[in-house]
Amino acid sequence: MTDEPLLRVTALSKYYGSRIGCEEISFDLWPGEVLAIVGESGSGKTTLLNCLATRLLPTSGTASYRMRDGQWRDLYRMSEAERRFLMRTDWGFVHQNPADGLRMTVSAGANVGERLMAVGDRHYGNIRSTAVDWLGRVEIDEERIDDEPRAFSGGMRQRLQIARNLVTGPRLVFMDEPTGGLDVSVQARLLDLLRGLVTDLGLAAIVVTHDLAVARLLSQRMMVMKDGHVVEAGLTDRVLDDPRAPYTQLLVSSILQV
Amino acid sequence: MATPLIVSEVAKAFIMHLRGGIRLPVVANVSFSVRAGECAVLGGPSGAGKSSILKMVYGNYGVDQGQIIVEHHGALVDLATANPRTVLSVRRDTIGYVSQFLRTVPRVSALDVVAEPLVARGTDRRQAQKRAAELLGRLNLPERLWSLPPATFSGGEQQRVNIARGFITDHPVLLLDEPTASLDATNREVVIALIDEKKLAGTALLGIFHDADVREAVADRIVDVTEFAAGRAAA
Ligand SMILES: Nc1ncnc2c1ncn2[C@@H]1O[C@H](COP(=O)(O)OP(=O)(O)OP(=O)(O)O)[C@@H](O)[C@H]1O
Ligand SMILES: Nc1ncnc2c1ncn2[C@@H]1O[C@H](COP(=O)(O)OP(=O)(O)OP(=O)(O)O)[C@@H](O)[C@H]1O
Ligand SMILES: [Mg+2]
Ligand SMILES: [Mg+2]
Repeated sequence: MTDEPLLRVTALSKYYGSRIGCEEISFDLWPGEVLAIVGESGSGKTTLLNCLATRLLPTSGTASYRMRDGQWRDLYRMSEAERRFLMRTDWGFVHQNPADGLRMTVSAGANVGERLMAVGDRHYGNIRSTAVDWLGRVEIDEERIDDEPRAFSGGMRQRLQIARNLVTGPRLVFMDEPTGGLDVSVQARLLDLLRGLVTDLGLAAIVVTHDLAVARLLSQRMMVMKDGHVVEAGLTDRVLDDPRAPYTQLLVSSILQV
Repeated sequence: MATPLIVSEVAKAFIMHLRGGIRLPVVANVSFSVRAGECAVLGGPSGAGKSSILKMVYGNYGVDQGQIIVEHHGALVDLATANPRTVLSVRRDTIGYVSQFLRTVPRVSALDVVAEPLVARGTDRRQAQKRAAELLGRLNLPERLWSLPPATFSGGEQQRVNIARGFITDHPVLLLDEPTASLDATNREVVIALIDEKKLAGTALLGIFHDADVREAVADRIVDVTEFAAGRAAA
């Protein structure tokens, strides 16, 4: 077990003009840990996630990341090129809408292979066999490797997006409502798959979801957001079984059972 | 350590914000300890707070006041104030828990559900599955069920999976919340035997057993939870 976190977030705030996106968010994330961010619509979940993934620059606050060589780097002081490299190699970002994370007009195999090439793999045979392997891991039939994701169902597209993100062996994956746009039965399968992959690969992940069952199944820790603030945080089962903040109690009581 | 679990002056109330913020005191001044090799049983009527105490010890419920001290990795940890990461580490290596009901995870086989705590502690998966199979066999779970996810199992079958999962590791402290509630006489006997083996191995057990026969067979001591009634402590 590592005694150092992977990510350190301190007093992170993002304002859109005078409107609060998220305010004064602080937490540490350790390797292999899955953190769920839950809360109502407009509470700042996506804003926070995008700031952490450096897709958005915060108004104030810091986030430091421990690189593979053990060096700590301030995410908002990195050069654009360094950040892009990190995003392509050490990180993954799974969007709610697969179309935002995939290239819809190139084949499934190329969608996966492209990320491998970004980390320097140039051997066509290797790339193809790794792509086949990953399609298998996300339960997409090898025969579909040359099809474009346009021809895939929503659930398949989402699984392909996951394969594309995980193929480079990232240490940290950001997910924004990964099961959001899918049918309930398709969601269950995807969730299972995600859970298995996250455990097997020992990934750290930050998962934004409005679905407490998703949080329960995937995460060890949870932050509950409201109006841009964290109103409660802790062990996922503690927060769900003994919610203390009024808003968390409302959230937990408004669903049948998680 | 001879006394791996010490609960000291613990208090717990629920504040129900959706019901006008009323305060539901559950227990106060909870103090007891459990020695290695003994099984202490929480006694008291329904609603007295027995499960709440177990859940606080497991870190599943927050603690308002007091201390819950366990020896973890050679140091003393206060679970009442420990951070989530420490609680997770305590659960992996020091405190095991058999909940009243199994929380099923879709698509994971019964065998893997049982093997998982060992795998999480670094045991080779094959070996963990072998140990899981032994336990499920002892608990008379039909072998044809082992490869299936327990979601569709009967109450008693799920409970046996849950028990096997709790007993597979050698955590120094083991919490049991009515593990025998939905079992037949034969399997109750198996659980009693498993508890006896844990005691011999030096595990500190803290349990809740509604079934008087089982309680009598396993309890070295009854901790009467009505003594910790929150109203009384306040008086
Ligand atoms: N680009 C923007 N410009 C102005 N305001 C924004 C912008 N993006 C988000 N906001 C505002 O910031 C707040 C937080 O939005 P955010 O998208 O982070 O919420 P969310 O928790 O992800 O909600 P949802 O669950 O609906 O996705 C909202 O009030 C939103 O209207
Ligand atoms: N998460 C919770 N939120 C609110 N109240 C709770 C919660 N958990 C328990 N309680 C209340 O705390 C009291 C003690 O409950 P607990 O489950 O600990 O009792 P118990 O002694 O285990 O009872 P039983 O023998 O019926 O299982 C009850 O009044 C119960 O309603
Ligand atoms: Mg959002
Ligand atoms: Mg109970």
